[in-house]
Amino acid sequence: MNRKTKENIIEKALAACALITVLTTVGIILVLLVEAVSFFSEVSIIEFLTGTEWTPLFTNKSYGILPLIAGTMLTSFIAIGVALPIGLTIAVYLNEYAPRRFRKVVKPLLEILAVVPTVVYGFFALMIVTPFLKNFIPELAGFNALSPGLVMGIMIIPFVSSLSEDALNSVPDSLRQAAFGMGSTKLQTAFKVMVPAASSGIIVSAILAISRAIGETMIVAIAAGHQPRFTIDPTIPIETITAYIVQVSMGDVPYGTIAYKTIFAAGITLFVFTFILNNISYWIRNKYREKYE
Amino acid sequence: MNRAGYNRLKDKGFKIVGVSATLVGLIVLAIFIGFIIFMGMERLSWDFLMSLPSRFADQSGIYTAWIGTVWILIMTTLISFPLGVGAGIYLEEYGKKSKLSSFLEINIANLAGVPSVIYGLLGLEVFVRIMKLGNSILAGALTLSLLILPIIIVSTREAIRAVPSSIRDASVALGASKWQTIWSQILPASIGGILTGVILAISRAVGETAPLIVIGALAYVPFAPQSPLDEFTVLPIQIFNWVTRPQHEFVINAAAAIIVLLLITFVMNGIAVYLRYRWQKKVNW
Repeated sequence: MNRKTKENIIEKALAACALITVLTTVGIILVLLVEAVSFFSEVSIIEFLTGTEWTPLFTNKSYGILPLIAGTMLTSFIAIGVALPIGLTIAVYLNEYAPRRFRKVVKPLLEILAVVPTVVYGFFALMIVTPFLKNFIPELAGFNALSPGLVMGIMIIPFVSSLSEDALNSVPDSLRQAAFGMGSTKLQTAFKVMVPAASSGIIVSAILAISRAIGETMIVAIAAGHQPRFTIDPTIPIETITAYIVQVSMGDVPYGTIAYKTIFAAGITLFVFTFILNNISYWIRNKYREKYE
Repeated sequence: MNRAGYNRLKDKGFKIVGVSATLVGLIVLAIFIGFIIFMGMERLSWDFLMSLPSRFADQSGIYTAWIGTVWILIMTTLISFPLGVGAGIYLEEYGKKSKLSSFLEINIANLAGVPSVIYGLLGLEVFVRIMKLGNSILAGALTLSLLILPIIIVSTREAIRAVPSSIRDASVALGASKWQTIWSQILPASIGGILTGVILAISRAVGETAPLIVIGALAYVPFAPQSPLDEFTVLPIQIFNWVTRPQHEFVINAAAAIIVLLLITFVMNGIAVYLRYRWQKKVNW
């Protein structure tokens, strides 16, 4: 075999590897669509989108996805409520205040928060955080949205902090120097100049963190209970979209039944949410890149 | 106090807020892990590692679970390593600046953001049903490989990008073909960075639970798997199963199994961090 053919074959093989990622996307969309279309031939899409009861596994079946969406939003917003302020403060502190040595040690340590498997965080939420919170909120149920939300927030801190830090890092130093030159303190420079200048990057980090929280599965599957409720009360058991998919997968739901198809209908709802959020963040990031480079 | 003094005070105050924010997550995690060790350590024994699962908590072990995890680890590496590195090389060395490659890039960024449980749904339909692999190790490893492919591709590209173009130019000037340049110059120079990314990705796969539950990995597997087509369970699923039992003895089993899982995760991440450190030190272009 001559050199040219060999080079050609190698290039084709490498291209095939790259194309697998396209096949994966196509596969995900096709699988979700096919099963969801078959689901919606039996259940009206209006009932699905507006119904406030989700009981596909009971004898009295209802297929309103809103309770699952409410549960997902509730835990995600609690998580963001923890991760965004803490993550942003860390980013500002590490970028504007911290000595170099402190930064070098702390950054890899923070990454540990992101490498702990989520099933372990689920254990923490159920066995440690919920009993602890009961001391302060006696009416808190054993399964609730609050403690998985808080634990999820801790898990995504490094996610927010590293993305926000990248954003702050890419703000030109001249802005910082100008602020100092005008007599600003570090704090004023950080929050009145640097953070606004990096705002689009920080928004991206927040959006990606929300998307991560929406897709998080095991923490809520373990600690939030499996009771779909259309509520914003964080002290009672709820169910998220992801936890529902796990719940059905654990049971013996026969292939082809409508109960089996519900996990794909739930899956496509989840996919649409995260897909929109990811693309908004991708779009903002591209726009913002042009600004400083 | 005048205004400037007040501002300086606020400035000092933020330092304390900043340090506390940085440490709060780590302290909480340290408390959690301390709690787990306190709870599970006494249950951890040779018997616990070598026993099959049982209805009785005190006779139950994690033998099938950790064997399953090792199987998944090996199979996922074998599948995802060549595919991910191959795709990374293609995007960085061949497909640059074409319309296809910018499409591939957006696509990979999107895939990285797809929740893992969705990959489970993909694996359930494609590998378990259409390819008829059943709830086997192979189906699980294929699913997890697709899940971590974006991570491997991105880190491969970063490692290759760090190789200075002078090396590439010198090799081509000496008459080496494109592939010879990649194989003998680019890859040896970037292998440290590539391996770091691959190990981090595999350690993520080892901790994954949701996609494997969705493709039907079982909580109770009476025998250790013998081949890639056997049914299996993994440590995270075993932990999930024990956590959801009401009896306290099973929760203690879960804590002990978590110690083993965390050990595996931390060792893999430690190796990756060490490799990155060594590589960054050695490579001084």
